[in-house]
Amino acid sequence: MIQVNELHKTYRNGRVKALNGVSFSVDKGEIFGVIGPDGAGKSTLFRILASLLIPDPGRGKATVGGYDVIRDYRQIRQIIGYMPGRFSLYQDLSVEENLKFFATLFNTTVEENYSLIKDIYGQIEPFKKRRAGALSGGMKQKLALSCALVHRPKVLILDEPTTGVDPVSRREFWDMLGRLRELGITILVSTAYMDEADRCTRVALAREGEFIAIDTPKGITRDYSEVLWSVEGDRMPALLNRLREYPSVKTAFAFGDKHHITVEKGITTEELENYLANNGFKETRVEPIEPTIEDCFLAM
Amino acid sequence: MDKVIEVEGLTKRFGNFTAVDRISFDVKRGEIFGFLGANGAGKTTAIHMLCGLSKPTEGRGSVAGFDITRENEMIKQNIGYMSQKFSLYEDLRVWENIRLFGGIYGLADKVIAKKTEELLERLNFKSERNTMVKALPLGWKQKLAFSIAIFHEPEIVFLDEPTGGVDPAMRRQFWEMIYDAAERGITVFVTTHYMEEAEYCHRVSIMVDGRIDALDSPRNLREAYGAKSMDEVFQQLARKAQRAD
Repeated sequence: MIQVNELHKTYRNGRVKALNGVSFSVDKGEIFGVIGPDGAGKSTLFRILASLLIPDPGRGKATVGGYDVIRDYRQIRQIIGYMPGRFSLYQDLSVEENLKFFATLFNTTVEENYSLIKDIYGQIEPFKKRRAGALSGGMKQKLALSCALVHRPKVLILDEPTTGVDPVSRREFWDMLGRLRELGITILVSTAYMDEADRCTRVALAREGEFIAIDTPKGITRDYSEVLWSVEGDRMPALLNRLREYPSVKTAFAFGDKHHITVEKGITTEELENYLANNGFKETRVEPIEPTIEDCFLAM
Repeated sequence: MDKVIEVEGLTKRFGNFTAVDRISFDVKRGEIFGFLGANGAGKTTAIHMLCGLSKPTEGRGSVAGFDITRENEMIKQNIGYMSQKFSLYEDLRVWENIRLFGGIYGLADKVIAKKTEELLERLNFKSERNTMVKALPLGWKQKLAFSIAIFHEPEIVFLDEPTGGVDPAMRRQFWEMIYDAAERGITVFVTTHYMEEAEYCHRVSIMVDGRIDALDSPRNLREAYGAKSMDEVFQQLARKAQRAD
């Protein structure tokens, strides 16, 4: 459904490289996640695929639904739904007016496509007279998704749709994406939440304009090559600093109620526990653990 | 231990709608206090009252020793504030933003100059001195915004979703800056939607429909709710919400 081959995009006469030869493909009915730091080129890529930005000419190629992103931009706009990272609906139009507006742009009506959006639009319909600008963050996301869906797109392009959204609404949002996928809609989504990567069929880890890994979430964690332990105890911030001082500890990061550390091969958990005990950290638990996507991301 | 925030029965109504419903809590000096809740639970309205930007309908409170209703101008001088949405002027350079906020808080030119060097040094930002803020990656922007929010050494800093959209590596660096500030005695009042970040707070409160339904250390909350993670605690509480987001 999406084919990207050696795509480049530079800004400021080539001085800033936003995309540096990105290649990947997304099959119909996939939820393909793009994970990467700010400045990795995620938004640039999504805007090119949405035909809103032209890639560097003469280098690489991208198609969506078989249409070329430069030549066939009119057709592409018919078959995609795009949700930009920044809320870009009309703040002074009501919820209902925004939705009608987008339906009209695509020569369709809200009624015709109500079955597709009712799960999500139903939740904000009680507030349909409210100005879009006066909605809470979670409601704005739901309206933006409804507007992106109202013309029954084949491909949804969602740029960080859940940034600023609370954990309960986030879970609902992803349940919704799962149902859209079952209807055969292809979804390309970027996120800064690592737990969401596990809900994708495949993910790409992006850095500095390149995709450095593309695989299923399981495949990404399977390829992790470090020795990874969790450490749990009292005085967690001080513990983190102490861990970093131990020569065999390569990296140490806070992970909620635990710390995750990577260590040189050959040292044992007992050695580390003894070291910590000798430095005033009694009752510390050190255990080997399986990596999460976030561990893989931090090891990039 | 002295208290930097004391709030009792704080309430805000807009017409028939009770955005914040009789909340009471204290925050101690040097504490990192996580202020959690779903979108629309009333967090931002509560923070506006604490910062002296909005008058409570009922209840009382003090921040940094000043009454939030009568002495709101004094509060503004003694707090720092940053949010995900607004923090810095995009069309000013890094040094100009520092200069501007230093001036707004009434610091002397000499003090600003000296502290600017320290700040750039600490952030490893010397090469970015003349960069327009809009050209900085989000994570850098947020680190700079936080440094500027505590530039005048406030008693307390309010951080409204400071790490939204920031990648995991940068988020961790940001939290290490929060710990440094807390160790220097600055109280940190922070909201976040990342539940693992809730674990980094000394205590957290969870707002549901305008009320504070839970308040304790992350460990005690997990035990009280029989949950493995703060995410589970949050899901249990926030799912009870009646108010539509």
